Amino acid sequence: MLISFLALSACQPSNEKLPILGSREPVTKVVNGENVTDTIYHSIPDFNFLNQDSLPITEKTFENSIYVADFFFTSCPSICPIMHRNLLNVYKKYKDNPEVMFLSHSIDTKYDTPSVLKSYAEKLGISSNQWQFASGTKETIYGISPAYMVFTEENDQAAGGFEHQGWFILVDKDKHIRGAYNGTDEKEVDKLMKDMDILLSEYEK
Amino acid sequence: MNMRNNWVYSIVSFLSLSIFVLSCQSNEELEYARYYVNGKTAYETHCQNCHGAKGEGLGLLYPPLTDTSYIAKNKNKLASIIKYGISGELIINGQTYNGEMPAETHLSPIEITYIINYIGNSFGNNIGYYTQEQLQHDLNSAQN
Repeated sequence: MLISFLALSACQPSNEKLPILGSREPVTKVVNGENVTDTIYHSIPDFNFLNQDSLPITEKTFENSIYVADFFFTSCPSICPIMHRNLLNVYKKYKDNPEVMFLSHSIDTKYDTPSVLKSYAEKLGISSNQWQFASGTKETIYGISPAYMVFTEENDQAAGGFEHQGWFILVDKDKHIRGAYNGTDEKEVDKLMKDMDILLSEYEK
Repeated sequence: MNMRNNWVYSIVSFLSLSIFVLSCQSNEELEYARYYVNGKTAYETHCQNCHGAKGEGLGLLYPPLTDTSYIAKNKNKLASIIKYGISGELIINGQTYNGEMPAETHLSPIEITYIINYIGNSFGNNIGYYTQEQLQHDLNSAQN
């Protein structure tokens, strides 16, 4: 009886914590005359894009939220519709939760202007700024995708003219990556939602 | 010939006729089943990304394929919509869509036939068997 109780309680994910993904390096500092070693985790660098309302968005826009980031383009004929069909379900689950945001970067920096992204967002059914659609320059958008560990590239051979991966990247309030999920796979998207709950519980007091 | 022979003749001819008709029908059913199954595969490859596994579409970006009266009414236009694309306003399930569906000119006639059999008889639709001859006819009249 006791053993089975222990075995059962061991399975409870009450103290579960998500890993911090990416490179890390130890940094040794001198504090009060003693050497203290700290770990610097990979984090998302500062950014500055325009959103669907032509307003600037920066890392500060996401300051008090965890967020899910991805890369797409509005005329994408291949995986983007599947990704956003799935992400829409995630959005609906966390709608109006001020601690959860979404950030979709368009990699079609020529065609996907803020007004194109606005129309796309509205047609998808997004009326609030909880889901931000970022447009930027080729340098800034393609420049930040490696920080999210997502491959993006302009490629005439790819359907629609752009090559990109369909990851959903879960970022915590300290801009650390806490999970990566295949956005075209419903099971992985379910896992994303479970992990978002776990991550949110880290911030509960 | 007496009455009895007449009876036998008519029964035999009726039976053979019905066997003939039935076998024709089952050939057609077989053909339809084959088209439908191939249509499902082709749909998954060429249509499902936008229109969804259940034909549910996506918001106001991509219309659903569940508007049975639209599909039934436009049965003869499906071929040209798939092959040449469509743009402008569409009213589907009472909602206005205003996007652009790209042309799928790379699809062969038989693939389009498969897809129409699948879409036309899934998601609540029931247009029945759609033949290759119908496809040719519909594409020809779309070009005129």
